[in-house]
Amino acid sequence: MTRSTVTAEELSNRVRDLLAAHPPATTDRTDFLRARFDAGLAWVHYPEGLGGLGAPRTLQAVVDAELEAAGAPDNDPRRIGIGLGMAAPTILAYGTEEQKRRFLRPLWIGEEVWCQLFSEPGAGSDLAALATRAVLDEAAGEWVVDGQKVWTSSAHTARWGILIARTDPALPKHQGITYFLCDMHAPGVEVRPLRQITGEAEFNEVFLTGVRIPDAQRLGAVGEGWAVARTTLMNERVSIGGMRIPREGGMIAPVAATWRERPELRTHALHQRLLELWVEAEVARLTGERLRQQLVAGQPGPEGSGMKLTFARLNQEISGLEVELLAEEGLAYDDWTMRRPEGVDFTGREAGYRYLRAKGNSIEGGTSEILLNIVAERVLGLPPEPRDDKDLPWKDLAR
Amino acid sequence: MTLDLLYAETEEELRSAVRSLLADRCDSATVLARAETGHPHDPALWETLATGIGAAGLLVPEKLGGQGASHREAAVVLEELGRAVAPVPFLTSSVLATEILLGCDTPESAELLRELASGSRICAPALPLTLAPGAPLPAALRDSGEGTLSGSVTSVADAVAADVLLVLADTGLYAVPAASAELTAQVPLDLTRPLATVTLREAAGIRLADPATARAAVAGALLTGAGLLASEQLGLAEWCLTETVRHVRGRHQFNRPVGSFQALKHRLARLWLDVASARAAARAAADALATGAPDAPLTVAVAQAYCSGVAVRAAEECVQLHGGIGMTWEHPAHLYLKRAKADSLALGTTGHHRGLVADFAELPAP
Repeated sequence: MTRSTVTAEELSNRVRDLLAAHPPATTDRTDFLRARFDAGLAWVHYPEGLGGLGAPRTLQAVVDAELEAAGAPDNDPRRIGIGLGMAAPTILAYGTEEQKRRFLRPLWIGEEVWCQLFSEPGAGSDLAALATRAVLDEAAGEWVVDGQKVWTSSAHTARWGILIARTDPALPKHQGITYFLCDMHAPGVEVRPLRQITGEAEFNEVFLTGVRIPDAQRLGAVGEGWAVARTTLMNERVSIGGMRIPREGGMIAPVAATWRERPELRTHALHQRLLELWVEAEVARLTGERLRQQLVAGQPGPEGSGMKLTFARLNQEISGLEVELLAEEGLAYDDWTMRRPEGVDFTGREAGYRYLRAKGNSIEGGTSEILLNIVAERVLGLPPEPRDDKDLPWKDLAR
Repeated sequence: MTLDLLYAETEEELRSAVRSLLADRCDSATVLARAETGHPHDPALWETLATGIGAAGLLVPEKLGGQGASHREAAVVLEELGRAVAPVPFLTSSVLATEILLGCDTPESAELLRELASGSRICAPALPLTLAPGAPLPAALRDSGEGTLSGSVTSVADAVAADVLLVLADTGLYAVPAASAELTAQVPLDLTRPLATVTLREAAGIRLADPATARAAVAGALLTGAGLLASEQLGLAEWCLTETVRHVRGRHQFNRPVGSFQALKHRLARLWLDVASARAAARAAADALATGAPDAPLTVAVAQAYCSGVAVRAAEECVQLHGGIGMTWEHPAHLYLKRAKADSLALGTTGHHRGLVADFAELPAP
């Protein structure tokens, strides 16, 4: 496929045309987003007809900045993050033309929310150990799926799920997996809130009982699901990137503010810990900024794989210090009401919530232990630990 | 204003020139052999670095025969010197003394800068290596009238290599020929950066600055020195990480490379993260100094409060993960540990720099 050489100037012209034809002030939000998608300005590096123009990915920033300046509505990427960050690149890489045309537009516009049906109670860090079964009903041309998924964000609002299931238990665990696009409204899909340590239910358990998935909703070849899933996971970890944080942004902000405003809470021991964490938070900010500058300069470094580790540790230590600094107030919790938030809101709640929610930062999206293995093996080139599960048929593994 | 945290192409060129010189002439066996003689400095190596590569005059303006480069380039040189624990007086003469002289701005200081840039002289500030930015300046030396100086200063780094000492007295700043000082070598923890007690007995000096100018010049030099020391610590930490990774990949125990054990992999992955973070902190300090950023003192304090610890941790991990080999005299790990630990005291401890962060970031003590 030849890549068109769209320039920043041409993109600016297209943005101007879009804004002229659909003035944000008088255009319905969804109509505007549809028009933006159809103009190839949704994700400019996607192919023409699929919301893009085959332009260099770096030019997206030009489009976003101009649209933002014009007061255009955005597609609420926070709410549809899993679809944008994980489902879309995987569908683009492995989907049929039919699948791409069917799914990418409503995904980007946010008319259809996506969730990710990967983790299971028995397959978290060892994701390839998953046990959810998919059996082909050849006569009907449908797969019949049974199993249980867990930690599923957005499952209660999702229209579609990306699903990996075992289609051949006789093969070693990485080989017998197939990737599907699962209709969350199909009979047999049951979503139950999973209440967590904070009292909220951000996540869900998803029970799949005799769910029928047409073969046309298979993504990639039968048995090739692990390779497809790796594409999804690689995109999951393409994190931070463009984000710029001001000095004393993030979790250190509320604790520093409390320190300044409440002299009666200060102790020498807490002062030392606060300064140590303040310095580490500033260094983490600079490391993220350096990574961003590397990406802009076209020299991406491996630092990105480490940033999540750093932020997880810092968030936990800083929020732990904050609860302690608050002394007697630290004994109180703001609200244990069971809620179903659509996103994580670290700053909208109090210190106890931050402390508890930050515990998830070293587990979600790959545990810190798994990420340390990845850094050790892929960045430092250290050998993997010997393992005996790679060549055994899945059905013979200890579970 | 955004800090530029990357390396420019010219900085990478400078790095590779310094690195290849050090690879040829400053391998760890050579460093150790010289350290054992009690005279770690290698004058021939210094001459090539100072004049061949022009490192001595990096911070000296072109009109005084220097390179007119910035702290960013000096930082890159220090990274390489740290990586090789090179026993050369770059930090003392080409950074600290040079910055003090730049702050004096007199014909005499200009002349001395010209000589430093040309490599014909080496200059050491007669100050304790532990003296930190923001700390009270010592008044150990006094002027007995007419520029004859008396008193003594301990822990003066690289004094034994210097031709000229910069002496801070209550009446101003003086250039004193090293030959007219009494130098008593101390036994240093860091074998690659010799220390001496400098004693002056009515030594004659040339006055370079009045007291106020002198104190401001020294304070500025200490800030720069502390900021750039972070780059030396970065280079040192990087060597320790790289060598340790190399070792655990090749060393077999229990019928597998020890680097395949998760306990070791996680330690090294964490260390890699620390080193990557130290790079951002050290680059930030160098760039803030180079551009005269208003918050340079905070950026320097952050870099020092962070990088000292990373360098020590890297050197300690290097010794530990090399096992028994790491405890031996012939393996260079100990040179790095000694430099790292000494560097953590040089130009202010982590605790001192955290205290500065508390001031700058308005996080007061109880």
